[in-house]
Amino acid sequence: MNKELVDKIKNNPDYQELISKRSSFSIKLTIVMLVVYFTFILTIAFNPAALGTPMSADSVTTIGIPIGMVIIVFAFVLTGIYTKRANSEFDNLTNKIKNSIKEN
Amino acid sequence: MNMMNRIFLFLILGTIAVFASGTIDGEIEKQALNVSAIVMFVIFVGATLGITYWAAKRTKSAKDFYTAGGGITGLQNGMAIAGDYMSAASFLGISGLVYLKGYDGLIYSIGFLVGWPIILFIIAEPLRNLGKYTFADVASYRLKQTPIRTLAASGSIATVILYLIAQMVGSGKLIQLLFGLQYEVAVVLVGVLMVLYVTFGGMLATTWVQIIKAFLLLSGATFMAIAVMAHYDFSFGSLFAEAVEMKGIEVMSPGGLVSDPISAISLAVALMFGTAGLPHILMRFFTVSDAKEARKSVFFATGFIGYFYILTFIIGFGAIVMVFKNPHYLDLAKQAISGGSPILGGNNMAAIHLSHAVGGDFFLGFISAVAFATILAVVSGLTLAGASAISHDLYASVFKKGNADSVSEMKVSKMATVALGIVAIIMGIAFEKQNIAFVVGLAFAIAASANFPILLLSMYWKKLTTRGAVIGGSIGLATAVMLVILGPIVWVQILGNAEAIFPYKYPALFSVTAAFVGIWFFSITDSSHDAEAEREAFEAQYIRSQTGIGAEGASEH
Repeated sequence: MNKELVDKIKNNPDYQELISKRSSFSIKLTIVMLVVYFTFILTIAFNPAALGTPMSADSVTTIGIPIGMVIIVFAFVLTGIYTKRANSEFDNLTNKIKNSIKEN
Repeated sequence: MNMMNRIFLFLILGTIAVFASGTIDGEIEKQALNVSAIVMFVIFVGATLGITYWAAKRTKSAKDFYTAGGGITGLQNGMAIAGDYMSAASFLGISGLVYLKGYDGLIYSIGFLVGWPIILFIIAEPLRNLGKYTFADVASYRLKQTPIRTLAASGSIATVILYLIAQMVGSGKLIQLLFGLQYEVAVVLVGVLMVLYVTFGGMLATTWVQIIKAFLLLSGATFMAIAVMAHYDFSFGSLFAEAVEMKGIEVMSPGGLVSDPISAISLAVALMFGTAGLPHILMRFFTVSDAKEARKSVFFATGFIGYFYILTFIIGFGAIVMVFKNPHYLDLAKQAISGGSPILGGNNMAAIHLSHAVGGDFFLGFISAVAFATILAVVSGLTLAGASAISHDLYASVFKKGNADSVSEMKVSKMATVALGIVAIIMGIAFEKQNIAFVVGLAFAIAASANFPILLLSMYWKKLTTRGAVIGGSIGLATAVMLVILGPIVWVQILGNAEAIFPYKYPALFSVTAAFVGIWFFSITDSSHDAEAEREAFEAQYIRSQTGIGAEGASEH
């Protein structure tokens, strides 16, 4: 990739839009995942009894079990949210950038 | 090709002969002969050798060999990645941990899973857009080839060999238990089969073996989980209630697995960043056509892996209610010595015994065969990743300075595969009686501390220079190895010292930090002429990593 092409793509508004939107989206999702996971793991380190609270008075099932299951499902849902947006919006922008350098 | 036909025929017959001979000198600790397991395993080996034969005809160039020609779809690759991750260690180990400690097993599963979304958000697409065959392609994209490739290849080979040792030792013991084979015979059999898959079938065979195994493993685990739940009218409440009756209320909440905050964070760092630095996993991203398929791969992989961990949790609890205290699975000899209710073969056999409890001899055979298949598929992927680090990074890029032709590069990778197979067999036998608990932890620590920081910063940090990457990466590698040696497992349990010099089991928090600080410091203070050029090259690399422009053509040849 030569210097001219680099400058051309850099100044392409679609490229700038792609980079800013995707970066902020990726960072937000990463932070969400990290916050959820570290809240879970630090609860275990500092206050494990919290996760050992029974769901109801007559049940042995603790709240830690649905919470753990939900984190697994949540991780998958996050990948789905990212993939869905990237497959449409981000890929459209990428294709627009690719077409713009093909034109001339 | 005629020669290959003969080799395959020989191997299939050899496999049968080996099983037949293993039945004669059955030792006490070995399981009784399991006919359905052997029949199903032989079918699996026959089918996978058939795939290898098919793949061998399609594997002509280095690109075919390393990346299956780049034509794997996102769904297939997602299944293959999940297969790499669902090793026998995680199937038997995590269900065994749930069986032993209940809730603690779930904590482990979650740690292993949460790295995946993060790989998707920051690593997967740039990795595909910048790389060709190995992650060192990405790390050395704008830096100096020789030092970066040498370091990245060392990190890869170290990770691969450690992982292989763990898998080989595990497989030898498992096969001994399941099939009544001698330990050494089992290790040699695994080594020979994996070398065959990889040398003849390359990535194409390795991928399809992995996909088939992942499908079988998920099907078998699903059946077991449904069978357990059907027993309790699909009510988790009744399943847990009975488990508590058997093992006490402790199984319902976190136990002593993660005790102090430093260990908790350090384990989390190792699992998350380690996953993103495993060469055999990273390599899979080059088997798909573009960034879009790479992205879909992670989506599917995360789904399969998450589903699998939910199944292992149910299976572990199923084993508590159906295997624990069941006289059929009780190890009487061990009970006589140490009391309690130990099960045959140890806690990691919980899932295997459960398969017998819910499905009889036939299903036990199926799950045993699947467990063996799992080992074969995982060691094949590992060996291929190690071989490509040797042939593509060390031979073609460092030794031949990028002037190696595809044919000789492929020849070297096949030789490297055979060499790795021999190393794996020797190490597998040498480590039979050793405590290898630290080995997988060390592999993850190296992947997290040496491979991951260089990979991440090369993608996103403009100021990274060769000097920073080499010194910082080496610091990460050295710190990880040193802290594992000085830690409680090696220093106290293996070397027999009274107290650990480094008090934590997981060094990743410290070694990853050391790597990042080292890379940062030695990059920003690098004022050489080359460093300036490397910073200037970032922009073009970043555009390609974000858009894929220039990537399609570049990976064709």
